[in-house]
Amino acid sequence: MTAAATAARDRWEMVVGLEVHVQLKTRTKAFCPCSAEYGAPPNANTCPVCLALPGALPVLNEHAVALATRAALALQCAVQPVSVFARKNYFYPDLPKGYQISQFDKPLALGGWVEIGRRAEGDPIRIGVTRVHMEEDAGKSVHDRFPGATAIDLNRSGVPLIEIVSEPDMRSAEQAGAYLRVLKQILEYIDVSDVNMEEGSLRVDANVSARRRGESALGTKTEVKNMNSFSGVERALEVEFARQVAVLEAGGTIEQQTMLWDGNAGEVRPARSKEGSHDYRYFPEPDLPPLILAADWIEQARHDLPELPAARRARFASEYHLGEYDVEVLTADAHVADYYESVARAHGEPKAAANWVMGEVLATLKSSGQDIARFRVRPADLAALLGLVRDGVVSHTAAKQIFSRMVATGDPPAQIAEREGLVKVDDDAQLAAWLDEVIAEHPDEAERLRNGEKKLQGVLIGAVMKKSKGRADPRKLTQLLSARLGS
Amino acid sequence: MTAPSCADLRADVAAGRATAAETLSAAIRRAREVDTGADRLNVFVWRDDADARAQAEALADRLADTTPGPLLGVPVAVKDNIATLALPTTCGSRILEGYVSPYEATVARRLRDAGAVIVGKTNMDEFAMGSSTEHSAYGPTRNPVAPDRVPGGSSGGSAAAVAAGIVPLALGSETGGSVRQPAAFCGIVGVKPTYGRVSRYGLVAFASSLDQVGVFGRTVDDAARGLGVVAGHDPRDSTSAQIPVPDYTAAAGADVKGLVVGLPTEYFPASLDPAIRARCDAAIDRLRSLGATVKEVSLPHTSLAIPVYYIVAPAEASSNLARFDGVRYGLRLTGDGLRGMYDATRSGGFGPEVTRRILLGTYVLSAGYYDAYYRKAQQARTLIAGDFRRVFDSGVHVLFTPTAPSTAFPIGAISDPYEMYLSDIFTATANLAGVPAMSLPIGRVGGLPVGGQFLASHFDEPRMFAAAYALERALGGEAHA
Repeated sequence: MTAAATAARDRWEMVVGLEVHVQLKTRTKAFCPCSAEYGAPPNANTCPVCLALPGALPVLNEHAVALATRAALALQCAVQPVSVFARKNYFYPDLPKGYQISQFDKPLALGGWVEIGRRAEGDPIRIGVTRVHMEEDAGKSVHDRFPGATAIDLNRSGVPLIEIVSEPDMRSAEQAGAYLRVLKQILEYIDVSDVNMEEGSLRVDANVSARRRGESALGTKTEVKNMNSFSGVERALEVEFARQVAVLEAGGTIEQQTMLWDGNAGEVRPARSKEGSHDYRYFPEPDLPPLILAADWIEQARHDLPELPAARRARFASEYHLGEYDVEVLTADAHVADYYESVARAHGEPKAAANWVMGEVLATLKSSGQDIARFRVRPADLAALLGLVRDGVVSHTAAKQIFSRMVATGDPPAQIAEREGLVKVDDDAQLAAWLDEVIAEHPDEAERLRNGEKKLQGVLIGAVMKKSKGRADPRKLTQLLSARLGS
Repeated sequence: MTAPSCADLRADVAAGRATAAETLSAAIRRAREVDTGADRLNVFVWRDDADARAQAEALADRLADTTPGPLLGVPVAVKDNIATLALPTTCGSRILEGYVSPYEATVARRLRDAGAVIVGKTNMDEFAMGSSTEHSAYGPTRNPVAPDRVPGGSSGGSAAAVAAGIVPLALGSETGGSVRQPAAFCGIVGVKPTYGRVSRYGLVAFASSLDQVGVFGRTVDDAARGLGVVAGHDPRDSTSAQIPVPDYTAAAGADVKGLVVGLPTEYFPASLDPAIRARCDAAIDRLRSLGATVKEVSLPHTSLAIPVYYIVAPAEASSNLARFDGVRYGLRLTGDGLRGMYDATRSGGFGPEVTRRILLGTYVLSAGYYDAYYRKAQQARTLIAGDFRRVFDSGVHVLFTPTAPSTAFPIGAISDPYEMYLSDIFTATANLAGVPAMSLPIGRVGGLPVGGQFLASHFDEPRMFAAAYALERALGGEAHA
């Protein structure tokens, strides 16, 4: 960017609001008993309702309502005692009814917020959540499977979604990214969705506009679609904002339109069809009565809400006396946090548990691409291993070997230690014998150590550890070596 | 016509005096007579006599059951917008030509479970939009009483099936009077139950907030038995009520002493055909002589019904009929690309009346017009419902009115759509308010049947049937003279 362009950019402020669609983790679809599972053969999960056969009618999935309510409460929204489903009408081959059942002027929930960090002065940065509403997903148009034809897969037709609409409160691409990451973390914590952008269980559309710094009125916005990662959203926002600034600086005006992000080219381009000009002809869905939620049902849902990330971070700091970095790492993922808590409680030493989970466990998960839910080392077994180390039954080095065997076999640590002969050896005779062998093999180093070259102590002890396959008790070994060589 | 009633047929079959196969054969014989004879009534659009016979024969096994179904061996006709397994379900439209539903409407299943045998699918105005059964892709149906005249509509085929003596019971559907008006035109009984009384699952939607499956019977008792079988909660229809179904035949012999019958003045305008008014007056005199208290009442928002109906119904229809897009089933005509396929299929598949209503409905829901039309119409609908609530809360048990402003008109006589829409002037209110209503024959004018209408409060079908049973009994042969 040239200096002039940078200066121009600095005259403008980015204003972003996000619309996030999240697939709810229900067993069945929103309005019929078909499986909502991802990945079935095309059109296997369909019935008269989600195929929109003549005469079929929707019946609301109560579990979807429970999950949507949980999400709305976690986003600090006011869940409405009465909300109304509405039809959003448009023609598209993968929308079998010719309308999507959604909510329009009476959504499930209104007026929440998400905290995405703190300003330098310490004030929290809150992004407003305008509304959370329920709707159903459309099917999928497959354009690349049959030459010259489009195939329709309606497995996804009728899968329950929530749409989370934010206020235009974000002022940078980084803030938009932070909002999405916090949102994803919250939704994972409350277990309402797989929140997987690659599989399409989380989708983001961004409304972005530019306004001259210091002004309060919003500029004309464009809607940017087709991003498939959070970093893609951030890049797309930067590119679209730069485009708008260039237009405005040249004295032009922004046209309200839909832009499509091309991640490979790093460009945005106007959508071919003018989606912004759609008239969806919303009206209340006559096939479904208004959704009425009793106050005590909503209160129960609030009461049953799992601990949210912010609360868990605060508790980890106070209950386990962990530093800020440890807390961040251990609470990033709810399952990792659960895992850590189980280990820490079983073992009784939170810091040691933290070191192992953050070290060995996360490294193993990362390098093997495993999911912690299917990790073979269960928390109780890891706590048992930590107990063996604390009690001096195995050395730290041996513990790492045992851990890798646990990852591979799922066997308990004591059994592995026994089987593999990794129980620490503190028998004086055996230690002395290994020491004798090492001194004999390294006469030069032994002589120099005897002459006061202290750093060679480590070399000799290391050689014994190696010979003992990590079993030698290092403390006792050090004592023996000092006695022998007067070091 | 001396065709046997539901009760007689069922009793004969249950007692072994006749078999379901025999009752069905008689129905098929009569159907062939009227559809291929000189009158060519064009009652049925789809029949599969072999399949119907197989169903009837399978019913023989039911006799071994401890409780034979309430419609055991009764042949029935079903309107072509109700999903059935063996026969096509085409809504009288070209766009569904050849479509056979892979699932069955709840009402069709309940009929079969009760021991009834479905004889065929009856003709109708395309997608139930019309009041004459002239707007069918499969040609008009003729009135069995006067074959140069319409049978009314949109359920004209079902009304004709009963009036021609083919079956004692038929299913129709109502959105604004599509059962009651043809019942009146054909001289039979037609019932539109309370909204939510009967499952709509499998009824191809026209206007979801108004649609309700209705029944035709030759007599009040036939209709009461039919409704008793198809009514009741259905978990597949979220708008169906979880209210137990009473025995509608319980009031068969009851008197109407102390029954308060309201006569809404708005339904007896000065412009009402004096001959129809005279028939109504005679019926009212009978009710009075039976001990009912008759009094004038007012439903002041009645005049809003037709304009409101012709906003709400097309609005919902424009959305409900969007699924007929050529993508998954029914007619597909090719055009230039996707848009061209949509245009060709829908232009070629829908007739002019359906097209008119889709356009009307699309217009009233459009941005900038929604508040002026659809929202306003919903507000007016609330006023119409309020009229009924006030009257029924004031101690009136049932209302009595003429069913239609005219008798059956000649085929082709009405070409102005708005004039046709006025056929529903006395019936659309019940659909807008969701209250039950029924038509029964109260005499003839110039040889053509006149229908009288009873309306009752939500789920008060028992009182409505009580009034109808009593009036039918009091009128006797006069009802058809």
